[in-house]
Amino acid sequence: MIEAQALTKTFRDRKRGEIHAVDRVSFTCQPGQIYGLLGANGAGKTTTLRMLATILQPSDGTARVAGFDVVEQPERVRANVGFLSTATALYGRLTARETVEYFGRLNGLNGGALRQRIEELFKLLEIGEFADRRCDKLSTGMKQKVSIARTLVHDPPVMIFDEPTVGLDVMTARTIVGFIRDCRTRGKTVIFSTHVMSEAEKLCDTIGILHDGRLLAEGTLAELRQRAGMEDLEEIFVRTVEAA
Amino acid sequence: MRLSNVRTVFRKELLDQLRDRRTLFSMVVVPIVLFPLMTIGFGLLAARMVERARQEGASVMLLGGEHAPALAERVRGTEGIRVVPAESDYKEQISDKKIRAAVQIPAGFEENLRDSGDAPTVKILHYAGEIRSQFALRTLQKVLRDYRDEVVEDRLRAAKLSPALLEPFKSEEENVAPPEKVGGAVLGGLIPYFIIILTLTGAAYPAIDLTAGEKERGTIETILASPVSRTELVAGKFLMVVTASLTTSILAIASFAATFLVAGQQFSDSMNRPGTKGMVFVISGKAIAAVFFMVLPLAVLFSAALLAISLLAKSYKEAQSYIQPLIIVVILPAIVALLPGVELNPKLALVPVLNVSLVSKEILTGNYPWGLIALIFGSSSVYAAAALFVAVRAFQRESVLFRT
Repeated sequence: MIEAQALTKTFRDRKRGEIHAVDRVSFTCQPGQIYGLLGANGAGKTTTLRMLATILQPSDGTARVAGFDVVEQPERVRANVGFLSTATALYGRLTARETVEYFGRLNGLNGGALRQRIEELFKLLEIGEFADRRCDKLSTGMKQKVSIARTLVHDPPVMIFDEPTVGLDVMTARTIVGFIRDCRTRGKTVIFSTHVMSEAEKLCDTIGILHDGRLLAEGTLAELRQRAGMEDLEEIFVRTVEAA
Repeated sequence: MRLSNVRTVFRKELLDQLRDRRTLFSMVVVPIVLFPLMTIGFGLLAARMVERARQEGASVMLLGGEHAPALAERVRGTEGIRVVPAESDYKEQISDKKIRAAVQIPAGFEENLRDSGDAPTVKILHYAGEIRSQFALRTLQKVLRDYRDEVVEDRLRAAKLSPALLEPFKSEEENVAPPEKVGGAVLGGLIPYFIIILTLTGAAYPAIDLTAGEKERGTIETILASPVSRTELVAGKFLMVVTASLTTSILAIASFAATFLVAGQQFSDSMNRPGTKGMVFVISGKAIAAVFFMVLPLAVLFSAALLAISLLAKSYKEAQSYIQPLIIVVILPAIVALLPGVELNPKLALVPVLNVSLVSKEILTGNYPWGLIALIFGSSSVYAAAALFVAVRAFQRESVLFRT
């Protein structure tokens, strides 16, 4: 489960002064559900997710992820989270196997248990044939599979995806979308950010519309449609943002 | 801090760096190849230059050779001197390095000598600072001196006096410094200088790759999202950079010692001059171990400083431009230690880099000033700890990790 409580992040910029990248954002994601953060570029999606993954510290407010506080217990939070974004690249000089092994070890796995887990994942994701090839020699699709294996190696109950399909071709994007659905089926708590309306429509149980660091609207797709009195999510999004 | 995580990060970084050609080059190839190449290269170059100068001989003009046929004959017969026809623009020709020197003999030279009249002046025209001209100058000076000695001897004999009259006593020179001190004095300043520079350059590439490189390739977010703590992460990375730095310095010291054993004898032969009879370069294993011991805290200081500085950069290129000034900052004190007269004292023992450079010079000449050695090791360790603290703090700062 993820519970964000008045999560806030303020940056200082020499030219623009104080910037509220995320401004008192609160929401809850339940296990077995997908929560989608919908917003334009610069809305604060990445900063919110980075705070949930404890890569950034909140300036104010907090969040509990898998029962642990992001400010007080960041390492426990990370041990329970799988984080994937287009910015989370792989080490080019390591092979697929070495990569997954490395992150397995950092998550406290080793010996036979780690080997067994890697074999399971490689079978599931069909990595076997390129398991011992260096990551910089892999295609984008192969790399994404290795990244997925990397996020899943410790079987985390919470998955955080930051615009996971940006810049990917249709086939690779489909693999990722399928993987996100699969996480829900397995009962994981899933949060993901996107600016692609169709992706949000297809995947999300709950959608939160983020703009200028503030959560403007939240609900299931049906609830949002009902409240706005219109069907098209893009229209709903634009209306909500313009009204703010 | 969990040591297992530090070990995991270190092992991964080691594997990663060992697969990187650029790291291997700066960490392994450069230190191994540098000393032998320099020694052999320098030796060959010097030998070839001397041989060429000897074969070619120095072109010299004799001006007024007809006034002193005997002297002119001697100059012509001197090895290493080739007399060319006299021309009026001899000064320009010396300046333009077309000829190396000219000997100007005044009119009436022979007659003045025979009649023991006014002492005539023979002038040697040369190009100050130009090596081959100076070589010709010294040869010509010797020819004139020998000729003058013979004339004096003839005059003494004519006056029925003994030539021994002119040499009431003899003088002799002998080197009493033990061989390792002579070797240390000749090479003592230069060797620590190279080892210090290599300790820095060996760490520079991995430090950039492990920080700015991670940012550039987008792996920093991947690793920060894992359960490893930032202190464990920086500790593992730091160990890798120190390993690279120490590997470079160990290889440099080993390569230097091997070069010394093989080429040392030849080098010392070629360096032997009259008066330094039997000079042999000897550098003890103990001295080499001691130099390495002094370099240890320096490797820590360099590694931590390089990590902290290159973490500030967003990209590889930016990190390189930050590190270049650091290299100059390190080279300067290392060069100061090479200057004659700069001797180790308690004040200089507190100046980072310079202190290690100076004490290494002492150690290589067989001196072990234990008090100063302790002070230098202590102060270097304090600087190293401070740099490491800064590096750890830099890894905690979001503004540094996610600079945009």
